Amino acid sequence: MNALYLTLLLPLTGAVILAFCGHMRIAGRLNLLVCIATFITSLQLAVDVFFNGSILTPLNFFYVDAFNVYLVLLNSFVGMTTAIFSSPYMAHEQSIGKVKAGGMRLYHSMYQGFLFTMLLALLTNNLGILWVAVEGATLATVLLVSLYRTPESIEAGWKYFLLCGVGIAQALFGTTLIYFAAVQIMPDNNQALMWSVLYEHASELEPTVLLLAFVFLIVGYGTKIGLVPLHNWLPDAHSEGPTPMSAILSGLLLNIALYAVVRFKMLIDPALGSNIAGHIMMGFGLLSFLVAGLLLHRQRDIKRMFSYSSIEHMGLITFAFGIGGPLATFGALLHMIVHSLTKSAIFITVGHAAQVCQTQSIDKIRGLLKTQPEIGWGLLIGTVAIAGLPPFGVFTSEFLLFSATIKSFPWLVISLLFGLSVAFAGLFRHVQPMVFGECPTGQVKVKANMWPVAVHLCIILWLGIAVPDVLAGWIDQATIMITGKGVL
Amino acid sequence: MNFTVLTMAEQIILTLAALMLFTSFLLLAQTRLLTLIHIFALQGALLFATTLVIAFTYGRHHLLISAALTLGLKVFFIPIQLQKLVTRLDIKREVEVVGNPSLIMFGAAALVLFSYYAVLPIRELSMLATRNTIAVSLAIVLLGMLLIISRRKAVVQVVGFMCMENGLMFAAVAATQGMPMVVEMGVALDVLVAAILFGIFFFQIRTEFGTLDVDKLNLLKEVD
Repeated sequence: MNALYLTLLLPLTGAVILAFCGHMRIAGRLNLLVCIATFITSLQLAVDVFFNGSILTPLNFFYVDAFNVYLVLLNSFVGMTTAIFSSPYMAHEQSIGKVKAGGMRLYHSMYQGFLFTMLLALLTNNLGILWVAVEGATLATVLLVSLYRTPESIEAGWKYFLLCGVGIAQALFGTTLIYFAAVQIMPDNNQALMWSVLYEHASELEPTVLLLAFVFLIVGYGTKIGLVPLHNWLPDAHSEGPTPMSAILSGLLLNIALYAVVRFKMLIDPALGSNIAGHIMMGFGLLSFLVAGLLLHRQRDIKRMFSYSSIEHMGLITFAFGIGGPLATFGALLHMIVHSLTKSAIFITVGHAAQVCQTQSIDKIRGLLKTQPEIGWGLLIGTVAIAGLPPFGVFTSEFLLFSATIKSFPWLVISLLFGLSVAFAGLFRHVQPMVFGECPTGQVKVKANMWPVAVHLCIILWLGIAVPDVLAGWIDQATIMITGKGVL
Repeated sequence: MNFTVLTMAEQIILTLAALMLFTSFLLLAQTRLLTLIHIFALQGALLFATTLVIAFTYGRHHLLISAALTLGLKVFFIPIQLQKLVTRLDIKREVEVVGNPSLIMFGAAALVLFSYYAVLPIRELSMLATRNTIAVSLAIVLLGMLLIISRRKAVVQVVGFMCMENGLMFAAVAATQGMPMVVEMGVALDVLVAAILFGIFFFQIRTEFGTLDVDKLNLLKEVD
């Protein structure tokens, strides 16, 4: 129980303290220290849940079960490894004059603020607070996107702010509708937005209201997931913001929004008694998967390219949750982990590569293997992993997803395979010359800490060869909660 | 529609709902920035009045705090800040070109019809007042979006965004007699932070682009 509160309090205190800490080296270290502490407490929380089952705090305010605990752990883990990368990376950015001291204070403070809002979104039991936290995550990151104060970054920040703000407003309308349906059957208004209470009464809720609500929720949170056609903010925000931000936006924030949608789907399915919500998700997911794969080919900025790859993978996960069987859900939950670990590793590598070549333009990044082999290898292996080649974890989860699709919707596998090969071609067409090409003059080695990347890729490899029992158990429990049936 | 079967409070709420919808149309038609901001403040005041009426009629006293927040944020803080900004950036006389005013008005009317159509199937809405309030709040949200997409000035987009927030708060207050307190506080906090961030962005955009015309924000493209 204490671990739960500490997990939330640590990043919040960190955000306040770091807002006043101007010394670059100390701030970077402090940021990392807070992240490590948060990771330890969330590990403690995970152990608690593993041995004692779900936790519901008094007044039902926080709720931890198998579904969100592994995301909490993932969140604080990626937050920690990205903080290891962030400290020297941002010092370099400051030394070449891209950010000023005030900007760095803002950066560190908001880094923690962002982690706090995401953890709050995961841990809260109140659907209203979930909305407040997801909107808070936008607010925390919006100034970071425009941190470099270039015209492009300001444009990206404005787009991000307005599109996500408008999008997420739809989700609040959806939440209000759910509340409207809930107060009709519940005597205590204060409990009517609590997820755990709603889940018990899900089958009594008015189906037409819920369906209308779900449309607003998928559009609202879908904007945040980056589903096509609501994705326009995503590549801009990823490419113009500082790279550590891209790593956690892509690796974590998208997951949180998807988590919210799945939580709502769990309420709506029993009430509707059919899989309409799932079909809506499948449509959005498949469209995102295919469109993002095609758009990958036409990118000139390396971070933009990988952000389209994120849209593609989030589309695939949304599609899988939409299918809804135990196998598909198991695969989707696993894919959430492997995607966020791989994608954050890739963004870390890309950040270093951009510093080596002093540009983000794909045409100008060449010969990474010659200039700095560890970055070249990191990018190559990361891309192999994200493209879904064995023996990495992405292959495992995609294999599960495809098997599930063959069972329920055989003809859709053709479009999935098509999308996968298009994305594969798009990635390698750009990555191969960047890694192997001739080395242009003027490239200098940078001080790169590749440990986070190595750790992430090793975990992905491990998950590709054998998923550990603990994790498989959690995912299976979450699958049982979502679909009513397990896989194991 | 038989209004006489409704209680006095419900009649007042319906009138306020109609007025709020009307102000949304006014916002869409208004081309001068300063007047636009004043109309937005008026809409906030209507929302404040609705919240007060509901708080007293149904005895939901926590709504008084929500009413105070609306009064402080939507009627005073945000409009005054926007007004100051517009004066400081010297754009208060700027008349904006709207795409095609009559077409936008038709679109707006269609959106209102659509909102009524969307909430029609809900069985629990057999009560006349609730059906109207949910449809009206949905319409206000959609009209706010229309305002955002039909204008080029960043200031107007912010007003559109806040107008959507008004619609959402109206839904929460009029249809469900207020969300739980902690949620309302959280939403108000988000709105406050958003308003401050918008102000920061105005200056960043103005410094880098020399204008608050968002048409100039076209450097980033989907594909090149």
